[in-house]
Amino acid sequence: MATVNTYPAPEQATTAGGPERGRKVRRNKAGAAGRQMHGGWLTYTILAVFAVGSILPLLFSVIAASHDNARLAEPTPPFWFGDRLFDNLELAWTDANLGTAMFNTLFVAGTITVSTVLFATLAGFAFAKLRFRAKNLLMLMVIGTMMVPPQLTVVPMFMAIAELEWTDQLQAVILPMMVSAFGVFFMRQYLVQALPTELIEAARVDGSNSLRVVWHVVFPAARPAMAVLGMLTFVLAWNEFFWPMIALTQQNPTVQVALTGLGQGYVPDQGVIMAGALLGTLPLLVAFVLFGKQIVGGIMHGALKG
Amino acid sequence: MTTEHRQAAPPAKGGAVPRPTTDPSAASRSALQDPKEKRRAERRSRRYRWDIKYSPYAFISPFFLFFAAFGLFPLLYTGWAALHSSSMLTPNDMEWVGFDNFTRLWDDEFFWTALRNTFTIGIISTVPQLLMALGLAHLLNYKLRGSMFYRVAILTPYATSIAAATLVFAMLYGRDYGVINWGLDLIGIDRIDWQAGTWSSQFAVATIVIWRWTGYNTLIYLAAMQAVPNDLYESAALDGASRWKQFIHITLPALRPTILFTVVVSTIGATQLFGEPLLFAGDPSGGTQHQYQTLGLYMYEMGWINRHLGRAAAIAWSMFLLLIVIGLIYWVITRIIGRSTGEED
Repeated sequence: MATVNTYPAPEQATTAGGPERGRKVRRNKAGAAGRQMHGGWLTYTILAVFAVGSILPLLFSVIAASHDNARLAEPTPPFWFGDRLFDNLELAWTDANLGTAMFNTLFVAGTITVSTVLFATLAGFAFAKLRFRAKNLLMLMVIGTMMVPPQLTVVPMFMAIAELEWTDQLQAVILPMMVSAFGVFFMRQYLVQALPTELIEAARVDGSNSLRVVWHVVFPAARPAMAVLGMLTFVLAWNEFFWPMIALTQQNPTVQVALTGLGQGYVPDQGVIMAGALLGTLPLLVAFVLFGKQIVGGIMHGALKG
Repeated sequence: MTTEHRQAAPPAKGGAVPRPTTDPSAASRSALQDPKEKRRAERRSRRYRWDIKYSPYAFISPFFLFFAAFGLFPLLYTGWAALHSSSMLTPNDMEWVGFDNFTRLWDDEFFWTALRNTFTIGIISTVPQLLMALGLAHLLNYKLRGSMFYRVAILTPYATSIAAATLVFAMLYGRDYGVINWGLDLIGIDRIDWQAGTWSSQFAVATIVIWRWTGYNTLIYLAAMQAVPNDLYESAALDGASRWKQFIHITLPALRPTILFTVVVSTIGATQLFGEPLLFAGDPSGGTQHQYQTLGLYMYEMGWINRHLGRAAAIAWSMFLLLIVIGLIYWVITRIIGRSTGEED
């Protein structure tokens, strides 16, 4: 790793250069310090295969959702859209209680996202920039908690919601997910670098107390990371399956719980099931089409810091 | 932990807020002259000290309070519940049975089947997934036209929920009119009853996991690859190292921490595998012969179908022990690798 020490700061060195150097700067911006070699046709082919493989099952679910059960039971699967899409969507909507489910999921995922981002930013700021006793030990504990699998906690939590008569209540799903160890870790990693300590000191000199510092200095500095963490948390909360499945019933489900009910009919209608699966994923897929670039950037950014 | 800003000047002990007033002696003189002003200044400085001292704890307390209530306490209580017999119908009536639940698990062949399945499905879903992610990240690291399109495309499955993805795949793997069997037919291979066989069903479940998570891991690897300084590759290329050699000798060592991270995360995920096998069959039995029932699924079946919450808790604690053992194995492996490359982390 000795070469690292002689690594020059390329951006500053090249900005003043001629046209050729200018191009180099742009390249560095685009691919960070990535490799500059061009991919060949084989690279494109393999990537295309994987891209198609990623999208194809979803595309198939759209196609299957547009046919009736009789067509889907034929030996040759359909390869083009039928005319039942809207009927099936409607059936799935009513059969699986998807209206309630969508609203519930939106509420649950929204609440969880807001609280996770808020609490993670506060704790991340404390761990990144403040001094207090047992800080490193507590941070280690935060990281350690990422290892606790949800299965380990469901039995007592089920007992608790039975005692509190919270079965089927949304707070049973929301409360256990209000904070996230990953979120704290993520915000800490971000704020260590993104928030200049001088800024906090300056605010202190001006007589700001900690709450004012958080509001006027930390939140503005943390905003990009808060957006990323918010997106990741929302996707996770929307797709959460294990605990909602235990805590909720088909009367008051989240989308994921509602979807499990779809497949359990006596003669399951595959087209309707596919329509339901599609509806349950649709909001996230739309978000992906609109913000795919930012989400990808967010995950890569999080990985880089982690 | 080295990036911490330790040079931040601590406020002088017992000192008041450093205020923009210029002449400290003048300020203190006027404060002495006016007792009211003096008291106010004292109060302000006390409030300031308390703020500095306790606000960090206020900021971290929500996390720890919620974690204590919904993580640590249930974790320990699960261990307690595992020593009791309690029915799902009356979950809070517990009867002490000691280690009965555990000894019964020991004699329970379904438990061992579930344990074995968790292992095999975990391996056949995690290993190909991470290898493919590594390869894909390497390809995406080249300069490409439309690289953002590929990134978004391979990440799309990440947005799909377990329920939706499994329902789609269950249909693709259908015996009589699934697309996959139709394709096998086309190339002259006999149709497979994907749910019936041990390997076929485990393979099918593993593909759902692979499909959902490969893109996510690819992006994590790609991010780590982009942090590798370009000159390393340039100087290696000058020395005549092939792209493959560069990958082996530069990329892989630089990615070691990231790879370890993804291996640990995927292992934890694999130990908890639940939704995919549940929905693949539509019930928690994991197939007629329990051929793809995982530990998570068995726990659910024991607690919420057979209504033995105490034994479900015992299964949960067995999973915990399993995770600890795996964690120790990883720890030993990283120590060995670290020693052999002469690095200490």
